[in-house]
Amino acid sequence: MTRIGRRFKDLRKAGRTGFVAYITAGDPDLNTTHQVVLELDRQGVDVLELGVPFSDPLADGPVIQEALQRALAAGATLEGVLSMVAELRVETEIPIVLFTYYNPIHRYGVERFVKRAADVGVDGVLMLDLPPEEGGDYKAQMDEHGLDTIFLMTPTTRDDRMRLIASHTRGFVYYVSRTGVTGERDSLADEIQSKVSAICQYTDMPIAVGFGISTPEHVSEIARYADAVVVGSAIVRRVGEYQNDVDLVSKVGAFVGSLIGPLREGV
Amino acid sequence: MAVNASDLPDARGHFGPYGGQYVPETLMALLQDLEAAYREAKRDPEFWAELDRYLRDYVGRPTPLYFAERLTEELGGPKIYLKREDLAHTGAHKINHAMGQILLANRMGKTRIIAETGAGQHGVATATVAAMFGLKCEIYMGVEDMERQALNVFRMRLLGAKVTGVHSGSKTLKDAINEAIRDWVTNVEDTFYIFGSVLGPHPYPMIVRDFQRIIGVEARAQILEREGRLPDVLVACVGGGSNSIGLFHAFLDDANVQMIGVEAGGHGIESGEHAARFNGGDLGVLHGARIYVLQDDDGQIALTHSVSAGLDYSGVGPEHCYLRDMARTTYTYATDEEALSAFELLSHTEGIIPALESSHAIAHVCKLAPEMSRDQIVVVNLSGRGDKDVQQAARFIEGVR
Repeated sequence: MTRIGRRFKDLRKAGRTGFVAYITAGDPDLNTTHQVVLELDRQGVDVLELGVPFSDPLADGPVIQEALQRALAAGATLEGVLSMVAELRVETEIPIVLFTYYNPIHRYGVERFVKRAADVGVDGVLMLDLPPEEGGDYKAQMDEHGLDTIFLMTPTTRDDRMRLIASHTRGFVYYVSRTGVTGERDSLADEIQSKVSAICQYTDMPIAVGFGISTPEHVSEIARYADAVVVGSAIVRRVGEYQNDVDLVSKVGAFVGSLIGPLREGV
Repeated sequence: MAVNASDLPDARGHFGPYGGQYVPETLMALLQDLEAAYREAKRDPEFWAELDRYLRDYVGRPTPLYFAERLTEELGGPKIYLKREDLAHTGAHKINHAMGQILLANRMGKTRIIAETGAGQHGVATATVAAMFGLKCEIYMGVEDMERQALNVFRMRLLGAKVTGVHSGSKTLKDAINEAIRDWVTNVEDTFYIFGSVLGPHPYPMIVRDFQRIIGVEARAQILEREGRLPDVLVACVGGGSNSIGLFHAFLDDANVQMIGVEAGGHGIESGEHAARFNGGDLGVLHGARIYVLQDDDGQIALTHSVSAGLDYSGVGPEHCYLRDMARTTYTYATDEEALSAFELLSHTEGIIPALESSHAIAHVCKLAPEMSRDQIVVVNLSGRGDKDVQQAARFIEGVR
């Protein structure tokens, strides 16, 4: 079992909803990302998603697109991100998921990537544009090295695909709560709760809900029926806003702390 | 060598190791719906009868196969025939797949059309068919392309389409596709994405090919009627690869017909500023398909350059990748300068101003002709007309001299 599985087991035991934070690796540079990860760990983030920089992020909205561009401009590479994870592992046991588009991995070599990810202490990978149908080789490599393969379900995912995706997913199921790209929204999508119950019929794995979750109120609402809440763009936007601020790390930490607040009481 | 073309792609959209569906989960259901709707339409004779009627009465098909006598004399080699897709309504072959796809959109009950465009020809074709059927239409176009194809931007707006400039990345075709996909992933209920080439996730490379196939079907019948035999060589430019696959496909089983695709050599391969994916690209995954892609060592998609916006793209369609592996087709490139010379040559000798894209194919014929004999036959796909390019060409030609 990976750090992800152990963390969700602990959360279940404690009756608590988990908090998953996404940040773009290398934004504004890898050293800062390293410090932000340690701060998020201190704030009580349960699972960390690290976005791997890519030039053509077609599932991302403007906030994360710009963050990925900043990371690329600062010279972040897949190898650089993996090395950072290796360095982080000296200081933290926070579960880490790499959140990536397929081409950088394809280029690096799937087998070489999985082996290196396992070596440096990555726990799971979420490949945005690699559905189970195309990911057979990747899945086999990940299983062999004991890493979690996290796949997405969305409002357009029908029952037959829910079964397929559930059978390929390890660690947790990521439910994308709305159609569209990543980004903050004023209100939550409809029918999240009913979709989460539908997914529960196909899997015992924890279900994390993300996309458009931006405020402590959203977090409280989702926590009523999901095993974990994912927040990305709202955090990434702040990293962007504070990029020239010496207090970037503590300010981002304070914001994430405010989002986790509602979960501390054990919702 | 002959390739059994009718078998491809396989049930999951693969052409050998190429193609497939590398997309975010939200799109999987949409692609499955699209494929189901297309397979049903494909079996329905009424669908094809309706399409044929529009292609004849509205698009102006069949387009002529023209014997370019003065160009043939000028080059002193084989007989050169031009397949006149430039004479199709809207001035390029893009209308063929735009018409097919909008009939499919109608069948699926979709009420909003989106598309990406590079040179603007696909955008114009899409805006045209959307106007004809009275559907809402939004076209995504890189702001750099909007500048160099200002005339087409005006045409699309005149046709009632909303043209949305894309400011991200290289501000060209690949970024326009990213933005169109983002729109599609958001507006899944009512929107049909009319794809502009034999690119993207399955079933698009198959659907666009099937609608473009008519180019070669007509050309094959026309040359047999004129010459009583098949051509020796087919030449077409390759951006994503829609006009070239359209010409080639009906000839794939004719083992003695050689097929050459011409990519954009830009400022030359050694300059690094080009769009010749088969001369410097590697296997990668872009816009939903596993294809040859220009990219760096870290898997970031490279910026491309071509004088022609329609060829200025980092990837090439999966079926081309496969046909190349099978040695059924070969690929070469023409530089900006060679294309511009061909642009002038065809204008002078034949009174036909070709699109800068098609000029790449003409440029290769200029190189090929001296090595061939007078009793041989070459068919070139003149995929579009060059009116849209005259300002751009004037700037370049004056700049070069």
